[in-house]
Amino acid sequence: MEEKLKLIWENFEKRVSDIQNVKDLNDLKSDILGKKSELNALLKAIGQASKEDRPKFGQMINEQRQKIQKKIADVQNELETRALNKKLKEETIDITLPGHKVNLGHSHVLSQTLSDVENIFISMGFQVVNGPEIETDYYNFEALNIPKDHPARDTQDTFYINDNLLLRTQTSPMQIHVMENQKPPIRIIAPGRVYRSDTVDATHSPIFHQVEGLVIDKNITMGNLKWTLQEFAKKLYGENTKIRLRPHHFQFTEPSCEIDVTCFKCQGKGCPMCKDEGFIEILGAGMVHPNVLRNCNIDPEVYSGFAFGLGLERLAMFKFNIDDMRLFYKNDTRFLSQF
Amino acid sequence: MKLSLRWLKDYVDIDSTIEEFCDKMTISGSKVESFEKEGKQLKNIVVGKVVDIYPHEDSDHMFVCKVDVGDKVLQIVTGAQNVNKGDFAPVALDGSTIFGNKEIKSGILRGVLSDGMLCSLAELGLSKNDFPYAIEDGIFILGDDVDKTIGKDIKEAIGLNDDIIDFEITSNRADCLSILGLAVEAGATFDKEVKIEEPNLSISGNEINDLLSIEIEENSDCLRYMAGMVKNIKIQPSPLFIRQRLRACGVRPINNIVDITNFVMLEYGQPMHAFDSQYVNDNKIIVRKAKENEKIKTLDDTDRVLLKTDTVIADSSKPIAVAGIMGGEFSGITKDTKNVIFESACFNGPSVRRTSQRLGLRTEASNRFEKSLTPELSKKCLFRALELCEKLGVGEVVTSVIDCYPEKAEKKIVDFDYKKINEFIGINLSYEEQKNILEKVRFKVNEDKVEVPFFRIDIDGMEDLSEEIARFYGYDKIPSEALKGAAVGGRSDFQNFEISTKNFLQACGLSEIYTYSFFSESDFDMINLEKDDKRRKYVKIQNPLGDDTSILRTTALPSMLKVLTNNYNFKNPEVKLYEIAAIYEKSEPVPKETQYLTIGGYGKNTDFYEFKGIIEELCKRLNINNLKFERSNYSVLHPGKSAKVIVNGIQIGQFGQIHPNVKKNYDITSQVFVGEFDLEKIYDLANFSNVYKPLPKYPSIVRDLALVCDEDLLSYEVESIIKSANIDILESVELFDIYKGDNIPAGKKSLAYSLIFRSKDKTLTDRECDESIALIIKKLADNQIVLREI
Repeated sequence: MEEKLKLIWENFEKRVSDIQNVKDLNDLKSDILGKKSELNALLKAIGQASKEDRPKFGQMINEQRQKIQKKIADVQNELETRALNKKLKEETIDITLPGHKVNLGHSHVLSQTLSDVENIFISMGFQVVNGPEIETDYYNFEALNIPKDHPARDTQDTFYINDNLLLRTQTSPMQIHVMENQKPPIRIIAPGRVYRSDTVDATHSPIFHQVEGLVIDKNITMGNLKWTLQEFAKKLYGENTKIRLRPHHFQFTEPSCEIDVTCFKCQGKGCPMCKDEGFIEILGAGMVHPNVLRNCNIDPEVYSGFAFGLGLERLAMFKFNIDDMRLFYKNDTRFLSQF
Repeated sequence: MKLSLRWLKDYVDIDSTIEEFCDKMTISGSKVESFEKEGKQLKNIVVGKVVDIYPHEDSDHMFVCKVDVGDKVLQIVTGAQNVNKGDFAPVALDGSTIFGNKEIKSGILRGVLSDGMLCSLAELGLSKNDFPYAIEDGIFILGDDVDKTIGKDIKEAIGLNDDIIDFEITSNRADCLSILGLAVEAGATFDKEVKIEEPNLSISGNEINDLLSIEIEENSDCLRYMAGMVKNIKIQPSPLFIRQRLRACGVRPINNIVDITNFVMLEYGQPMHAFDSQYVNDNKIIVRKAKENEKIKTLDDTDRVLLKTDTVIADSSKPIAVAGIMGGEFSGITKDTKNVIFESACFNGPSVRRTSQRLGLRTEASNRFEKSLTPELSKKCLFRALELCEKLGVGEVVTSVIDCYPEKAEKKIVDFDYKKINEFIGINLSYEEQKNILEKVRFKVNEDKVEVPFFRIDIDGMEDLSEEIARFYGYDKIPSEALKGAAVGGRSDFQNFEISTKNFLQACGLSEIYTYSFFSESDFDMINLEKDDKRRKYVKIQNPLGDDTSILRTTALPSMLKVLTNNYNFKNPEVKLYEIAAIYEKSEPVPKETQYLTIGGYGKNTDFYEFKGIIEELCKRLNINNLKFERSNYSVLHPGKSAKVIVNGIQIGQFGQIHPNVKKNYDITSQVFVGEFDLEKIYDLANFSNVYKPLPKYPSIVRDLALVCDEDLLSYEVESIIKSANIDILESVELFDIYKGDNIPAGKKSLAYSLIFRSKDKTLTDRECDESIALIIKKLADNQIVLREI
């Protein structure tokens, strides 16, 4: 019996070592283990063996069978792995080829900057309001404490439509519109296009954008102004940003100031971007002038407030290191797609 | 305002560095734009004495000088003809730098060593105005008004060492357009005493009344007119201290009289004028309104036509000056002037401003007067001018003056409530602390009242006092204080709609652009807008920068086409853009602004159907149904490849390929597609309250129909016929193929539709579908649309 089993094993081992595919392996499996196999014949013949030998032979045959089955399983496994590896290899692609282009459009950098600004103020409880670009002299100037023939009009070269109508030179008329239509407390920002008759160059454009801000309530102080704009600067330019208030003059605020932020390039050390000052001017602000409140029927004895105005182009230019304002309006897609 | 620091130091003892001075002045409210040191280019130039001079052997015009420069005697060759033994002159040493950053080195001039150079005025960056006794085309021979210490640095020796500080003075602070005004600010900033002396002039007699009479007519916008006289004057250059102060302030020294008027203007901030009395007819000065179309030739040799709203200074027969702006041609001081009338007056600011703007004539004088000055300055200025005349020995100063002062300016008293100021600013200063600050800037504090100094016309109330307190306390020291009280922030529904529309368009591959709101009438022609198109009614800008920016746009298509053309010329291959901005319609009383969406593009993937798809999807997302596309007759667009979009009878916009005739006008060869939509109408039609529709419970059955119909039948019409069969289980009809050619008769086309059937309450059977299809086919057949034979 042992002899026979040994022969079967040897025969199996010899054949299995030549197997290259699953089909041959299955053929071999049925030859060796199938009904017509020698092993099966041996099993059938077990009845002819002596009673004492039977269990022993049965066990031997079974062991042989299991040994073969295991080997077949191993070979099958190996064949499958080999086949899989081959397939994976065949399917391998050049991962350095470019990805499919996602053809999304781009939001204009001014819109993105405006969105940042709006979101910061919204988080502090400000409503965003819009208003007309064509204004009357009253809203753009007189209600803002800038009478006719006042030299303060000089800094704002105005496009006129007729003696009374003009293109707003600032978003500040929105202060008046809001105060006329809403009782305090007021907390708004008003972004929009403004116009000044400046010839186009790298830092001037007859059209640009401002964001106006206005807060009116009881007990509003200059400390509130400082806090609000400090928070704004930190959120826009980073936690370490500091602001500096410089006294200035606007007809519709008193006290007035210009606000500088620490240069985000050199963190205040001085560099070409900030002309070695360490600071960059980003906005004008002040406490709303009592005359302006009175013009809107708000009692300055009861309410006080602050207002500010910032230039969107200027913010974007500093934030994205853009050195020429004309790029915003040229709309070259090579520029647009950078943002 | 250019400030001479040397001059300022006459009044305040400033000992900080120039940088510190500028920083602190800026922080206290006087913004320094820039500063520079006079003569900063000059290096290694010293005072030298010519101890010997003899002709150069090899030259017929050069001289060899022996020049003592203190530690040695140098040999210097010069070509100048005005050098004599014993002269003192600026010597540029070997390795020095002269004006224009030119370096000077020792060298051999025709065989003779020249160990430096003798300098002319120009080589020091100066002119004859600065040193009238020197000549322009020769060496600057130093006069007795400079320090002639041999070897001394030339900048110190001749006083070319001032610090010039350029201040940006805001329109409310005309008082700071003066040395004294800035001295007060500097004194308060650095806590230093400011030594201002009242001009000293002893008045006696009334000789002036025999020499001159003055009259201010009513309503002449003159607040005060003072005059004084100096007789038998000698016109000559001013002394060095005046010349160098004027130079540092950017004013050219001319002669003693003119310089005195400029000196006083810079010192006190009020412009002055000097008239030659022989040209004042009848010795009479009248301040009056001009006659309509009255003419005057001003000092700048220009003929001016005046209006009756302008104020003039006139004599008995003619205007001799435009008040507060510029003198007339004969009013100036010349070599022959014998007697001088000094005008020290104050004119109404807005009036000066109107005249100056209309005449396009802006002067140092008008720049100050238009900001409104106080008439209280007039006397100080006149006395200061006469005092200087006396001091300088200009002539015989008449010891009486004329003062026409119709309405004396009252002292301004303002309420002072220190607690209120603390509350307003958010600080906590004591009464004493606030009082101290106010007194530093010359306010007189008396319990709860403050007397405003005469020169501070900008101070009216508590808020103005607050600014004084805040800026000298220090804006940086005001504690930050969080806003109190809850407030709901956010955007309006329209703003949110606009943002989501922008996001949608970007997802469709369109990039956002920003263009100018104005263009020119020729842009209408560029887009072939018909002559009677309503868009040709526009709002015009009265004073545009140029014709190309003279009207407010009634359509943004020209802007879009320009941007597309530019991009095409930049060789950007595929471009799709959008802009959301206002267009402006003429209407009364104010023009109407409407937010428009403009789209445009070119490139291989862009066609009519792309834009149509974008509009359809945009509307679908806004729950706007019933979109209808009708042929457009907009002259900008290709009549066969354009559509107007209509919802419930309301046209929301038009789009399509641009008309070949329009394309011709732009430098672009690619096919261009554009569209414009009224965003506000779309917003009004939108329905933002989206309600969930349950998902279908039962399966659908899909049937395809290939049809043959007339070639020019629109797909929309075929779909309408299918729908007109009124099959309630027909869920959707979708075109999936169009075919013309083999097997299809000429003049016909094949359209293939996918029809989806579904019932809400059961699973459909094929038979039910077949019955519906039969009904549809019959409807189609009624309209000469047949099934395609396969």
